[in-house]
Amino acid sequence: MLFAALFYVAGITLAGGLVYRISDYLRTPAPLKIPTTPAPTTSGGVVLRMTREVLLFESLFKGSLWTWAFAVLFHGGLALVLMRHLRYFTQPVWSWVDLAQPFGIYAGFVMAIGLVGLWGRRFLVDRIRYISTPSDHLMLALLLMIALSGLSMKFLDHTDIIGVKAFFLGLEHFDPQPLPASPLLYLHLSLVATLMIIFPFSKLLHAPGVFFSPSRNQPDNPREHRHLSSWAAKLESES
Amino acid sequence: MATEITAPPYRVIPIIPAIKPGAMEGLKPFVANDKIQEALGFPGGLVEDWKDRAIAKMGDLLKKYRSLKVYLDACVHCGACSDKCHYFIGTQDPKNMPVARQDLMRSVYRRYFTLPGKLFPKLVGARELTKEVLDEWYSYYHQCSECRRCSVFCPYGIDTAEITMAAREILDSVGYGQKYSNEIIGKVNTIGNNLGLPGPALEDTLAGLEEDVKEDTGIDVRFPLDVKGAEVLLITPSADFFAEPHIDSLIGYAKVFHAAGISWTLSSMSSEAGNFGLFIGNYEQMRKIALRIRQAALELGVKRIVVGECGHAWRVAYSFWNTLTGIGDGAEDRFALQLQKQLDQRYRQPAHICELTWDLIEKQAITLDPEANDNLIVTFHDSCNVARGSRMGEMAGGQFEIPRSIIRAAANHFVDMSDATTREKTFCCGGGGGLLTDDLMDLRVKGALPRMEALKEVADRDGVNFMATICAICKTQFSKVLPYYGFNMRMVGGVHQLVSNAIRLGDKE
Repeated sequence: MLFAALFYVAGITLAGGLVYRISDYLRTPAPLKIPTTPAPTTSGGVVLRMTREVLLFESLFKGSLWTWAFAVLFHGGLALVLMRHLRYFTQPVWSWVDLAQPFGIYAGFVMAIGLVGLWGRRFLVDRIRYISTPSDHLMLALLLMIALSGLSMKFLDHTDIIGVKAFFLGLEHFDPQPLPASPLLYLHLSLVATLMIIFPFSKLLHAPGVFFSPSRNQPDNPREHRHLSSWAAKLESES
Repeated sequence: MATEITAPPYRVIPIIPAIKPGAMEGLKPFVANDKIQEALGFPGGLVEDWKDRAIAKMGDLLKKYRSLKVYLDACVHCGACSDKCHYFIGTQDPKNMPVARQDLMRSVYRRYFTLPGKLFPKLVGARELTKEVLDEWYSYYHQCSECRRCSVFCPYGIDTAEITMAAREILDSVGYGQKYSNEIIGKVNTIGNNLGLPGPALEDTLAGLEEDVKEDTGIDVRFPLDVKGAEVLLITPSADFFAEPHIDSLIGYAKVFHAAGISWTLSSMSSEAGNFGLFIGNYEQMRKIALRIRQAALELGVKRIVVGECGHAWRVAYSFWNTLTGIGDGAEDRFALQLQKQLDQRYRQPAHICELTWDLIEKQAITLDPEANDNLIVTFHDSCNVARGSRMGEMAGGQFEIPRSIIRAAANHFVDMSDATTREKTFCCGGGGGLLTDDLMDLRVKGALPRMEALKEVADRDGVNFMATICAICKTQFSKVLPYYGFNMRMVGGVHQLVSNAIRLGDKE
């Protein structure tokens, strides 16, 4: 019951926090055209640029090959792992989730390798060590512990996944079911709930943030189309 | 400058330098006095309640600029930008890493505007805004040239320039402004250009240039001022009127207009392309300066507005003029509508002088003899604001191709510097963004290191003896710092300086 409450709180915090953040970003105007050029001149081009940025980490690739490699391992691994986990939330399980299943299991290791690599840089590279705050380390520790506790349940100490699925389906139908008793599972789920709660208050906001970055999401067409924010338009009527 | 300034040694192996904490600590350009500050509507000196006002200003900017808000939230400290700043490479001061420079403000943002920063400041690197922090802002936000190189490599496109501009805006609002930039803005507002060159002096200078060119070529090339009904209004950085090597490009523009038979004029009221309002991040000042140009265009009744060789001026003109003043399309106020009716919309408005010259070369309306520059082996330095904040021509990246095409048409020997230092990855000259002042000479010399290394490479390998550029700040900066690195100060010049040497003028006789 404690876990049921925890997950309701975490889910609401995550969803509510993100909705608040995103609507805040949406409400805040970008008064000037500041795409980092050369930039696409059309909105279609911007969609492509953003897609490359989000799926391939194009800029990071230009910036640092090591960081890019570890970032791809981590995020790619995480994406597959999340897809695989959908099986605990859907009944019947969607067919593409079944397809992701075999990859998803090993993606857990890939994700962990990526995290270790990213964390290693925070100790080994003097510049990155200099800029790292305690929360940067804790965030990586949290993610790594989530990955390791998850992998342990798969490969070391099996959990009653049928019970787990019943628990989450119960949450979805507002009919809480008991969670199978397993220390590893408790650990795993507590950490995940923690991550969900801190997401909207932390640097994890880079995930929605990238879509609102004016240097990436604006088309380069200032001569052709006038761009005027609401507060700048007020100056107009004053003169 | 009491201490002797020397250039840092070239790196034998071009690896990322180790950090040297505190290397540039306490560096501080002259603070603006009360006269300079008050002329712009800023408090004359640091106000008593600076802390509350600074936080309030920050809150205000967070509501007005999505860039600032998203950029302060999104950084994950990945470090992709950490080795990209020329000032970091040249000084090794870790606070000159873009991410660390941002964190000077981000730490304060977290403390006052985010929940974790209010609850657990130590954990997330949040800190109080103290006088020490404010001084640190003043120091390190005046060690950023707002060149945007870091934003190219950031996975979220975080542009440190936006944060530097916000910081300077906050500093101005509490009465802690920088003398160099703010004094210059005052001069544009009262006299019409950054140098404070009054109309009659400008007239004399231009008359002198006509004589010089006549003596040199035997041809009457005009340098018209305040001519109503001219086709083109040329807006160029005021350094073009008197500084070396800038003036040679001005002669180049005049020869292009002459050879193509285009009537043109300068304006004494609006004799400045540069817009330092950008550097201090102040929208109102930037707009005020831009409106002078609109006024000049309306008064002179010109059909086209063309901008001379100036990096940040072109960014403001290309990216912001339409927003600020309605040059271009879509504005609704009376003057903007009048201007749009008046301007010839078959041409790009505004146009860069390189766009105009290249169009003429392509249409064979002017002829260049590249042999005239056979004594030169030329390379091209992409200026940051042109490269990463604007465009030329129709295609993305035209800002790289068009100047190079002009150089190739004007000279037979052209070599590009290393790919890692050109086009969108170009390094700042070290003097941009309001730092082109003698009180920052040490920083300027150090910040030029990466560009000087790339130049050294082509100078040694290919015998390059001329670096062309299209920015008044780059030209001044390089003239000053080239000697520190063992180069001749005359190695730098404008693209239109090459055009000036090569253009055939006789046809119209």
